[in-house]
Parts: sequence; C-alpha cells; structure tokens
Amino acid sequence: MNYLVTVAIFIGIQAIAANGLNVIVGYAGQISLGHAAFFGIGAYASALLTTKAGMTFWQALPFVLLITGSIGLLLGMPSLRLREDFLAVTTIGINFIVESIFQYIPFFGGALGISNIPSIRLFGTRLRGWPFLGVVAFFLLLSLLANRKFTKSCAGLACFAIREEETAAASMGVSPVRFKLLAFVIGTAMAGIAGALYAHTMRFIAATDFGFPHSVNFMSMVVLGGIGTLWGPTLGAIILGLLPEIFRPLIQYRMLINALILLLMIRFQPGGILGGSSVLARLFRRRPSHG
Amino acid sequence: MLLEVRSLEVSYGDIHALHGVSFEVSQGELVSIIGANGAGKSSLLNAIMGITPLAGGSIWYQGKDISALPSHERARLGIRMVPERARVFPILTVYENLLAGGYRRPKNKAFEEKLEWLYSLFPVLAERRTQLAATLSGGEQQMLAIARALIAEPSILLVDEVSMGLMPALVDKVFEVLQQLNRDHGLTILLVEQNASASLRISTRGYVLETGTLVLTGTAAALLADERVRSAYLGI
Repeated sequence: MNYLVTVAIFIGIQAIAANGLNVIVGYAGQISLGHAAFFGIGAYASALLTTKAGMTFWQALPFVLLITGSIGLLLGMPSLRLREDFLAVTTIGINFIVESIFQYIPFFGGALGISNIPSIRLFGTRLRGWPFLGVVAFFLLLSLLANRKFTKSCAGLACFAIREEETAAASMGVSPVRFKLLAFVIGTAMAGIAGALYAHTMRFIAATDFGFPHSVNFMSMVVLGGIGTLWGPTLGAIILGLLPEIFRPLIQYRMLINALILLLMIRFQPGGILGGSSVLARLFRRRPSHG
Repeated sequence: MLLEVRSLEVSYGDIHALHGVSFEVSQGELVSIIGANGAGKSSLLNAIMGITPLAGGSIWYQGKDISALPSHERARLGIRMVPERARVFPILTVYENLLAGGYRRPKNKAFEEKLEWLYSLFPVLAERRTQLAATLSGGEQQMLAIARALIAEPSILLVDEVSMGLMPALVDKVFEVLQQLNRDHGLTILLVEQNASASLRISTRGYVLETGTLVLTGTAAALLADERVRSAYLGI
C-alpha cells in the first residue's frame, strides 16, 4: 500500500509540472525543453528557505511561487525573439545552465545537494503517505482548475491567437510580449510548486534530479496525453509514471519502451491520447460553445 | 487627414521594397493602391500595421506619428487589417476567431448585436460558427478575416489582396460588401489589389505602385480611363 501511495505521489507531482508545461507549449505554443530547470528552481527555493531560513513549507510557498515565476518571466524572454526550433535549443541551454549552477555553486550544496529538508506539516502533524498524497492531489486539482479557467478566459484566447497566427493576433491588439510572458510565468510557477513538493517528499535533492532528461520526460507526458488539452498532461503523467512500475522486470529497457510509445503515438495519434482527432476524444466529443 | 504616409522606406536586407512612398487617406474614403506582383503592396500595408519595420519616413494616424508603435498598439488605435491569405486562426472555431477579433472589447449587448450584424452580412459564417476555421474554404476564410477585423469597429480597414485565390463570383461579392461598408456605414478602407478593375470600380481614389514607388494617382474614374493603367493593368 505504501508503495502505491509513493508512486501516486510522484505521478501527482509530475502531473502538476506537466500541467504547467502545457500552458507554455499547449496554450501559448512556445516550445520549452527546459521545464525541469523550473521544477528544480522550485525545489531548491523551497529547500533553501526551509533549511537555511527556517521557514515552514507553507511560509516558503509564496516565495517559491514568486521566485520561480520571476525567473520564468526572465527566462521566457528568449521566446519573444525566437521561434520554434531556435526556442527549443535555447530552452535546452537554459536547462543545462540552471543544472550546472546548482551543481557547482557551493550555496546550492554543490554536488552533495541539499539534505535534511523538513517534511510538510499541517496543524502540527508531519504529513507522510496518504495525507501527503492529499496535499499533492489538492495542488494537482488547483493546477487543473487554473488551466481550465485560463482556457476560458480572455487571456487564454489571446494565447491561442498568438499560437495560431502571431502577426494576425498582434494586428488585432493582442500583445505577443505580454501573453507569451504570462504563459511562461503561470507555467513555470506550476513547475515551482511541483518542485517544492518533490523536495519535501524526497527530503534530499541534487542537481541531477533536474537535468535535461527530466525536461524531455515532462514534454513526453504532455505530448502523450494530448498537447493543449485539459486532462492530457495528467493522463500522460499517469501512464509514464505507471509504466516503469508495471514493467519493473524490464527496467533496463525503460527508455526504449518510452521512446517506442512516443514514436507510435506521434505516428498514429499526433494530437495525443486526448487530442482533437484521437479515438478517445471522438468518443467523448462535446460540441464547442455556441456564439 | 485620417492616415498619412510620408516618404516611406521599407527594405529587406539589401532589397528596397518601398522607396519614398507618400500618400494619404481621408475619413470616409475608399482608396485603392494597385500594382503588379512584387510592387510592394503588402510591404506597404504591413508597414502601416507595424508588422514590417520602417527603414525611413513616417506614418501619421489621426494627427499622431505612429511610426514607433508596435502593431498591437496600432490595432488599439482603430487600425485593422485583413491580411493576405486571410490568416485566420485555424484550430479555433469561427466564433472564437470573432471573439479574438473583439479582444479587449466588453462582451455586452453591443458586441452581440455587432456579431449578429456580421452574421447577417456573411450568413455562411453563422452556419459555420462552431466549425474550426481550418475547415472553411478560401473564400469563407476571407469573409471570416473581414468579419474578424470589423467586429472591433475599426476607424480604418486595411485590406490586402482580398481577391487573391477567390473565384470571380466571390470576388464580386467581397468587393460588393466592401463598397457597402464604405458607402452605407462610412467605413474608411485602404485596399491594395492586383485586380485593378474590380478595386478601382468601387474606389473613390487610387494610386498605382510600381517597383516600390507610386507612379500615378487620381480619382478612380480617371485611373480607369488612363491609357497607361488600361494597357498595363486592365489588359485593354
């Protein structure tokens, strides 16, 4: 039972980060292959604030949001000048830079990382197992609600317009600068929360937990589940989180299996499991809202 | 003067697309700029909208120099464009495309009325309001692009090669709508067109653009009668 709870906690945490990536890639159409960097920034921010500044997880949380969101704003700037492939390469670069800062600067614990990160407490009790899963589920729900609200909002529509035809959107009064950066801030802040939850469940973090392969993993979840859909990234996180557990005897083929699934997906269901033209989506099709 | 362009220069690297283009459009006019492929017609509209940077000269709108403003701010001042090849948002529905066009406008009764009016102007859009814009035909996409621009109640509408790729019957229909908007609703329109006869027939005035320079100007009737225009653009 404990084992299942732990698996569920990790899936939930990754789903929160994947939902954040969906805002950037799915809604605003800005490719990011450096999402793990922001997951890491959230983890390190919360770890340092709780171990060095003596805050509790809850006290640190607003600062974690503020720190990851503002670094997200700063590192989202390349998206203002770069398109697609160039942006992808730049965000990969950002991931490596952030990882090496954690790795080589003593303030961040260097290669030893940060240990003895306190558990999350609520009303004086340490949260482990089920109660911790409850907290993760709460934040996952929040991220889903936020995304749902975002897609129904004026800002969401502006992001979609930029994703589809940036110049046409700009010539209708939609500021590409503002909405690309907004998407980066929301998306990276979600990664930050996920990272903080990760730090407090692992209670030990090191730079390699936030490397480029993890960014690829987040992207795989979004693509597998259905890019730009509400439930897709969560579904992707569940599938990619469960697979290694189910195929534990085949653990050394894990990357092979993941790659195979992605390739088949892109070949046969390019919109993802819940994407517009997929088999599942057609089953659950609801008619778009009328004008 | 609603719009005034003064000795405009646009270049892409070493290639000069426009040099020293000056013209103006007054309130309530329908002005055509005709020219062949590569004359610089789209560069001109893109420069006015702020999509292409200026290499020189200035653009004045309602008495203000807007040369340095980014396109979304020009849009907020009431300049709207129907871009070449429509450029609708392909995987948003027709209705969502129109909503995006009315971005920053309150979705109140006036907006609903405007929407109904556009649906009556282009009934095909009403039929397809829940369809993705990508599934529309070329002509329907042009109509959607026009409606998307009109929903924001612009003070000037820039129309880029609306006739391109449309079948002749649709070209007539689209020009008829533009003429009606200008005549009955007082909308100021700046058209750039390869289809000289169709656009001059509905215009008040016109300019002829050749390899980046305005070579001829006059009332639409005078241009239609001009020997050079007749031989070069009307094939008569």
